[in-house]
Amino acid sequence: MDSTTHHDAGHTQHATPATYLKTYTFLVVMMCLTIGISRIQLGAFNNVAAMSIALAKATAVVLFFMQVKYSTKLTWVWASLGFIWLSLMFGILGDYATRAVLAAAGWSK
Amino acid sequence: MSVEVAPAEHAHGHHGDLAHQFEQMDQQNESYIVGMWTFLVTEIMFFGALFLCYTLYRSQAQGVFFEISRHHLNVLLGGTNTVLLLTSSFTMAMVVYNAQQKDRNKQLIFLTLTILLSFGFLVIKGFEWSEKFQEHHVMGPDFHYGAPPPTPGVQPLATGKDVGYEYQVHDYQAQMYFSLYFGMTGLHAVHVVLGIIVMGVLWIMIFRRHPAVQYYMPVEMTGLYWHFVDIVWIFLFPLFYLIPHP
Repeated sequence: MDSTTHHDAGHTQHATPATYLKTYTFLVVMMCLTIGISRIQLGAFNNVAAMSIALAKATAVVLFFMQVKYSTKLTWVWASLGFIWLSLMFGILGDYATRAVLAAAGWSK
Repeated sequence: MSVEVAPAEHAHGHHGDLAHQFEQMDQQNESYIVGMWTFLVTEIMFFGALFLCYTLYRSQAQGVFFEISRHHLNVLLGGTNTVLLLTSSFTMAMVVYNAQQKDRNKQLIFLTLTILLSFGFLVIKGFEWSEKFQEHHVMGPDFHYGAPPPTPGVQPLATGKDVGYEYQVHDYQAQMYFSLYFGMTGLHAVHVVLGIIVMGVLWIMIFRRHPAVQYYMPVEMTGLYWHFVDIVWIFLFPLFYLIPHP
């Protein structure tokens, strides 16, 4: 509330309620957008749009609600680590697309 | 920051919230936060494997997945739940803010709101699940998906005893969708229940002015966990409710 609370918080900068409110509004608007886009047929772009919006929402939550934006560099490293691992795993999954499917005996597609 | 003025203000012995193994508050805070993030990374790996399963099976049965999401999942209920969870994340952020400001009453108010919103989420999820139980859409021997809804211009597939191969594949793929649906939303719901328990304990501790919650870090840790639960739902919602036409 006043300048002394800043000291109590251990010299760290924090997000304000205004930031939280903006983040929340962004998240709700994005949710409406993702529902709207899902009702229009755009082919492969539907998946791209839905996942891009989900990623944008997740990033907003991590940066503002979880306050990573105001955190130390070490926190940044840890906060990104899980997502880097995820992208590695899904990147390796891309190998599936490079393989032909061999039909087993007795298997009719 | 070695020979700064006013050492009494910054000396570590001065700060009552500083544990003895730490030099200064910033270091202690970072240790807390990095520790919590380490746990969250294991959670990302845990959920990540399920998302990988989902991706594999959906890539093979996009048609059936689309059909089920369109006919058997209610976007209105799912959307309401998304709003409930997003709002609870906002109120949780406000709990953390008021903990930093040392405003006990507002902490309790926002924590109560967060707990109520989480309960609301579980109640709606419960309605959705019970509907699936009634329709025999729960994996196991009782599972029955039935004939797919008719597609214009396409001859309907055989049903009943004389089921064709194509129909059986359809049924298996549907079962896989519901297995993933129950597995992933179920695991998420377990996290919501755990979150409610932690928030409940936190509420009691703040209410009773417990010394452990005088400093805002325990509240911040709970907040980090709760926002993570929110992030998982942010991905689950489009993946199960909003599957596009193949």
